Amino acid sequence: MTLKSSGTHRWLLSTLVTTALVAASHALAQTPPNVLIVGQIAEPKALDPAQVTAVNDFRIVMNLYDGLVRYADGSLEVEPSLASEWTISDDGTVYTFTLRDDVNFHDGSAFNAEAVVFNFERMLDEEHPYHDTGPFPLAFFFDAIDSVEATGDHEVTFQLEEPYAPFLSNLAYPTGLIVSPAAIEQYGEEIARNPSGTGPFQFEEWQSNSRVVVTRNEQYWDGAPSLEAVVFRPITDANTRVAEMLSGGIDLMVEVPPDNLASMASETTFDVYEQAGPHVWFLILNTREGPFENQSMRQAINFAIDKQSLVENVLQGTAEVAAGPTPPAFEWAYNEELDPYPYDPEKARELISDAGYEGAELTFYVTEGGSGMLDPIPMGTAIQADLAEVGLEVNIETYEWNTFLDRVNSGLEGKADMAQMAWMTNDPDTLPFLALRSDAMPESGGFNSGYYSNAKVDELLEQARRSVDQDERAALYREMQAIVHEDAPWAFIANWKQNAVASANVENFQLQPSFFLLLHDVEKR
Amino acid sequence: MIRYTLRRLLMTFPVLLGLSVIVFLIMSLIPGDPAQAILGSYATPENLEQLRADLGLNLPLPQQYLVWLGNILQGDLGRSYTLNRPVLDEVLERFSATLILAGTSLVLCTIVGVTAGIVSAIRQYGWGDRIITLLVLVGISVPAFWLGMLMIMYFSVGLRWFPASGMTAAYGGGGILDVLHHLVLPAIALAVVAAGVIARLTRSNMLEVLRQDYIRTARAKGLGEHRVVLRHAFKVALVNLIPVIGVQAGFVIGGAVYIETVFQWPGIGRMLVNAISTRDLLLVQGGVLVVAAAYVLFNLMADLFQHWLDPRIQA
Repeated sequence: MTLKSSGTHRWLLSTLVTTALVAASHALAQTPPNVLIVGQIAEPKALDPAQVTAVNDFRIVMNLYDGLVRYADGSLEVEPSLASEWTISDDGTVYTFTLRDDVNFHDGSAFNAEAVVFNFERMLDEEHPYHDTGPFPLAFFFDAIDSVEATGDHEVTFQLEEPYAPFLSNLAYPTGLIVSPAAIEQYGEEIARNPSGTGPFQFEEWQSNSRVVVTRNEQYWDGAPSLEAVVFRPITDANTRVAEMLSGGIDLMVEVPPDNLASMASETTFDVYEQAGPHVWFLILNTREGPFENQSMRQAINFAIDKQSLVENVLQGTAEVAAGPTPPAFEWAYNEELDPYPYDPEKARELISDAGYEGAELTFYVTEGGSGMLDPIPMGTAIQADLAEVGLEVNIETYEWNTFLDRVNSGLEGKADMAQMAWMTNDPDTLPFLALRSDAMPESGGFNSGYYSNAKVDELLEQARRSVDQDERAALYREMQAIVHEDAPWAFIANWKQNAVASANVENFQLQPSFFLLLHDVEKR
Repeated sequence: MIRYTLRRLLMTFPVLLGLSVIVFLIMSLIPGDPAQAILGSYATPENLEQLRADLGLNLPLPQQYLVWLGNILQGDLGRSYTLNRPVLDEVLERFSATLILAGTSLVLCTIVGVTAGIVSAIRQYGWGDRIITLLVLVGISVPAFWLGMLMIMYFSVGLRWFPASGMTAAYGGGGILDVLHHLVLPAIALAVVAAGVIARLTRSNMLEVLRQDYIRTARAKGLGEHRVVLRHAFKVALVNLIPVIGVQAGFVIGGAVYIETVFQWPGIGRMLVNAISTRDLLLVQGGVLVVAAAYVLFNLMADLFQHWLDPRIQA
């Protein structure tokens, strides 16, 4: 019995030939010259800077728009951008910006004082005709603004309700970037997908879950970029992202898994970049009830956790040990004199026994993963083991990220003794002001979920916020850090280093301490 | 026939309605809410409350459902919270990507599965049969996502023959050849399991038919083997295979969820995974409805085709 299978053969053969042809025509297809392909971790939610909250979205919008000010290269200090200079009144409540007069938006409309006023009123004034093109979740960055006025064609004046020192640094944040009013009027709520700014690149297309393409802005006021275009590709699966990098499908990827980072660092075809940023990973301790009402118990926890081992073994060197509530990336405000609590289980046991809490049972909230949380479950179990070592019995409760935030942000009272948390901020004021003040309890809408309260810290933070002199602010923040370090309302664990891998033909790329991805100066050979 | 088709189409509506209630209930049972997902770590109780009110999440559940249903009946699937665009646009765009992948896969697994099944049947217990049976067993057992990852490692990272992910080249692509090039690996990975199932069923159906008296008669008449197998035997076996292929079409669309994630194919499976994790209720509803409607339609088409092949089967 034989089936004449010449038909089958012919079919197989033609399929193979077609496949081979298709493969050959594209074989070894590298990324196109002078176009940078970036592997992103997720699809952006929006490209309207007033609406975005995620670092992933910031990476795109920072290349499409400019703010009045920006962070200087490699630092978190502000320098002029769309505003060429500014003055601050002596009492710190009036900011007057002189704007550049040679700038146009990508849609051709002119950038001027009216455009700035339009942007801030759209975000802050519920009566504004385009306020409904939001939501604007980070509008509270500008809550201090009482009024914003065009005091000339190219001069704009902000009147603040009270002195608010982080104002300039908030203007450099994506929430402060300036969108073309003409584009907002044209697109309404579709502005989120049809961005128009003044930045080095202009929007070309957004294909859902495939790519966002931006092209060179030839008229860029700060010099047109060398790259012809940048393509942001969302590749949510970390393994696929790495495979794309290895197969030459992308030129640059961010948030490389620690395992792959080591192997890529050893290859000459890739350059590995690392940069510590304004991130801190800590444990909130419930100071209102239970063992952590007691200060020496809180210090004991800080002594008992082997942070060096966490950073080296669990996080594989992608973070550094944290010393206090303020990340060292805020160089100007960081207290160099503080050392991390050393790993000293002996001392911890002593403190615990003096406090009478030997063998205490603790409830520990751990999340499955979330923005800036690094590797929360392995970190949680390692901490649990360290605390078992000093005789504390820790019960872990694990929650999905959104549920976790819901439970933690509403305060730990009656629920848990400690909880993981991480913050990434743009000003040394933000985190302590929102999470360590007596007025920032969860009951009053703050993030002080462990109920820490110290009148001196409150006073220092208020004062730092009102001061317009950076050196004076720095001194106040340093003093605050020393007190918080001693009071230990948190267990200070780690400061994350952001990483990226680029193929060797990508030049002039630098990661920024702000965690923004700035591609203006990047070249591709 | 027409009455049957209409009746089946009408029956689709209660199915979809029931499904939408179930999805609605499940989405409201899983913890975490969309407002929290949108606002992220900066969410204050005040902001959350405001956003929930804006999104209409404060209304009682039945009322939320009725509002949604009312809009659907007017052809409005709502607006995705997380993507900032109408659900309908997103779902149609993504579903067409899934159709390209699943359709190619279905053609592939049908051709390969049927061919393998026929060869296996006519060479029963021969070497060809044994090798095919072994391959089929492997094909059915291998998890598709794992196979996909292996293929990426070998053909993309190692040999660099095919791109590791995506549907078109990142810049300047988009032609038919470009899409085909991206389609090869995911389509094969997705086809393997279904091809195994089809091969098995083809083999057993063919074996049964080949033992029938009329086949012996055909051979006795001196007909060529080729003609006996394809004309006389396979045509009869096909009648039983059609509903199986219809069901496989559903599985291929379902399986696309994994494959689309591994290969970052911009299809509806990956859209649903993202939408569920961000609690984007309207997007989940829209996506599930379209997938379910497609599933029902495929099965209907298979039934109608079967009836056309063999009018004795009650349609």
